[in-house]
Amino acid sequence: MSEALLTVKNLSVDFHTARGTVHAVRNVSWSVSRGETLAILGESGSGKSVSANAIMNLLDSPPAEIVSGEILYDGKDLLKISQEEHRALNGKKIAMIFQDPLGHLNPVYSVGWQIVEMMTAHGRPHDLAHKRALELIARVGIPEPEKAMRKYPHQFSGGQRQRLMIAMALMLKPDILIADEPTTALDVTIQAEVLALLKELQAETDMALVLISHDLGVVAEIADRIVVMNEGEIVESGTVREVYHEAKHPYTRKLIAAAPGKGEIKIPNRSSPILLSVEKLSKSYHSFHALRDASFTVARAQSLAIVGESGSGKSTLARTLLRLETADSGHVYWKGKDLLTMSARELLGVRREIQMVFQDPTQSLNPRMSVYELIAEGWDIHKLMPARQERRARVIELLEQVGLIAEHIDRYPHQFSGGQRQRIAIARALALEPELIICDEAVSALDVSIQAQVIALLDSLRQRLGISFIFIAHDLGVVRDFADTVIVMKAGEIVEMGPTAQIFEAPREPYTKKLLASNLDPDPDVQAKRRAMGIYA
Amino acid sequence: MIKLIGQRAIASIFSLLVLMVLVFFLSRLTGDPAVLFLPIDATEQMKEEFRRLHGLDRPVLEQFWFYLQDLAYLDFGESLRKARPALEVVLEAYAWTLPLALITMALVMVAAIVLGSLAAFKTGGFFDRLVSIISLIGASAPDFWIAIVAIVIFSIGLGWLPTSGVGTPVHWILPVAVLFIRPFGLVVQVVRGSMLAALQAPYVKTARAKGVKNLPLIFVHTLRNGMLPVITVMGDQAAALLNGAVIVETIFGFPGIGKLMIDSILQRDFNVVLAAIMVTALAIFIMNVLIDIAYGLLDPRIRY
Repeated sequence: MSEALLTVKNLSVDFHTARGTVHAVRNVSWSVSRGETLAILGESGSGKSVSANAIMNLLDSPPAEIVSGEILYDGKDLLKISQEEHRALNGKKIAMIFQDPLGHLNPVYSVGWQIVEMMTAHGRPHDLAHKRALELIARVGIPEPEKAMRKYPHQFSGGQRQRLMIAMALMLKPDILIADEPTTALDVTIQAEVLALLKELQAETDMALVLISHDLGVVAEIADRIVVMNEGEIVESGTVREVYHEAKHPYTRKLIAAAPGKGEIKIPNRSSPILLSVEKLSKSYHSFHALRDASFTVARAQSLAIVGESGSGKSTLARTLLRLETADSGHVYWKGKDLLTMSARELLGVRREIQMVFQDPTQSLNPRMSVYELIAEGWDIHKLMPARQERRARVIELLEQVGLIAEHIDRYPHQFSGGQRQRIAIARALALEPELIICDEAVSALDVSIQAQVIALLDSLRQRLGISFIFIAHDLGVVRDFADTVIVMKAGEIVEMGPTAQIFEAPREPYTKKLLASNLDPDPDVQAKRRAMGIYA
Repeated sequence: MIKLIGQRAIASIFSLLVLMVLVFFLSRLTGDPAVLFLPIDATEQMKEEFRRLHGLDRPVLEQFWFYLQDLAYLDFGESLRKARPALEVVLEAYAWTLPLALITMALVMVAAIVLGSLAAFKTGGFFDRLVSIISLIGASAPDFWIAIVAIVIFSIGLGWLPTSGVGTPVHWILPVAVLFIRPFGLVVQVVRGSMLAALQAPYVKTARAKGVKNLPLIFVHTLRNGMLPVITVMGDQAAALLNGAVIVETIFGFPGIGKLMIDSILQRDFNVVLAAIMVTALAIFIMNVLIDIAYGLLDPRIRY
């Protein structure tokens, strides 16, 4: 291996918060060489972004305090240089791109202005910067560069925004590019494209790439070496293959085991009675067809997954069949009765029988209500269920059912972790003894290991209580593990539908094939094989 | 954008009409101007004559009908006090109030944005605390008290500035300074809060990662985003000034719209009151349109 370009040595950073000091990273050491891709892999709160932020001088202190360590670049310790020296390096020698390109681009300036500024901020003449920006915008695959320069961030799609961020980062041909979860907010097919672009550009410029990610698949696709972080410490490091096949640390092994898409595929039970039958359901907004002629059925204890990219109509489908949106045409039969035409009183009863669990439990749980109030609230709305004196006991029972404990009953949502909050949301749905639960991206916001636990919980509820699930998701691995039937949606239409095994092992539609090919496998060998087969081409 | 302004204009014409009806009838409920204009010992006949001369003997609805007819020709009637067209009297006073308001708000804008932004950039520092204290005092001190104290100190004590009146630029210093203090105190707080939020935004992190210097970081990247709530508050404050600063104008003998309005109300000079209210309402409407345009200019997401 060639000489290291950037070396982080024994870095320790504390965060001083109101609740005491948090050791964000402890004794972290890693290095990256020219032309190499290093991935820092970890779940939320593992401290994976802290060292990158320290390199870029982006840690606010207070609350952050760099306790010890050094960051060596070009013969200098970046922790000792002045603010002005840092400023001169940022963007010019070390550039960074981020997870959410919409938030990270300034909404009130044109993208051209922002990209050009990367060079003018470092004293380069404006016309030169303009010329290079045009070249790079074309290089990252944005059509009509001249026109694109004058547009604003909100006028681009998510994938295009990330391409523009990449163009901006490369303006001054940096030695090192730090990419902090660069594809997490993107659809799988777009993710594959952006990763391929990053690899190409790296090969052209021979820069070092530091990729920060929680996604084993992304890491396996693009990285040469990995460091795995847990609770502020590096627990494992090595080449991608070593880490995947010969992980030494129990945490790494747990992480790899938790990666979805490896379990046994479920087979739908054809003998169970039909609960919900959707016929030719359509919904449009003005002239935009959000949903066109969707038809399918859900049987008791079935788990039906709806997959598709953003804007494919997955959520519109769920909202329309629950009558949260008015359908343009079609029927939704719930146990034989048309849900779309029934009276408000009857609908209230159905609303109890069909519950929803949303993506972000932080937002779907009222922060001012205790766990008890959150779970018991539905009983008041539907004027049924346990008598007042039995309610606490029933709530405790529900908490235990979702893997929480009795002591949690009087706490508030902010006192829980993301995974625990989603369990509370599930307990709230279960409180009304539903027969169907619609999960709208219910596990997407959770870390991989937590995701696996929640999926296991949902599956046990399905088996024990005979609850049916409509599982809306974009992550195919999770779908493969949980669903017995899969619907693939694109641009408001169902393009393919069938048992999970058929969709995953013998897809018919080209779009389904593309979706499956874009889904990154955590096994680097599987990935390499796919690349060799030219599946991404 | 143009459509938006058109919609606003239609809505505003409607509110102007409602306002006019309200003021017309409410002002007539306050009593009879003849009692105030004529000497105390005026005979009933003289009062009768005065009312007939000004059309005040007719039924109220008929008066209103005539008023509307005249208004169609932008004729707001005559001032009872000055025996001149009411609109002329109002516009004359407005010619004093408008520059007073504009100069004050321009100073408020510049001072509040610069000080508020710098305070937000170094939160908790000495400068931030100093700005917070000054703005708190400014926002809470009553302006009539400041006006009087300022006269005592600068006019009477030091003899630097005139106590009242207009004429030379020097006469403007005290009224502008006193009017400046409250909106400044308030707007500084809003700028600081808004900039504090904007400085936390992810795009500021991007700018820092790009190596953008501190001053452009604050005044180019953050300020334009932070300005949106500030403009709204500035608009409110400007509206108060466009209505005429009654107390400050009275104390400094400044012949603006506020002083004219209060004098006309006390004298039941209905036509002037109505004309003054319509003109200020129009001014505030124009200002709101300007604010909408400013919003559109600052934030492309509103334009496209």
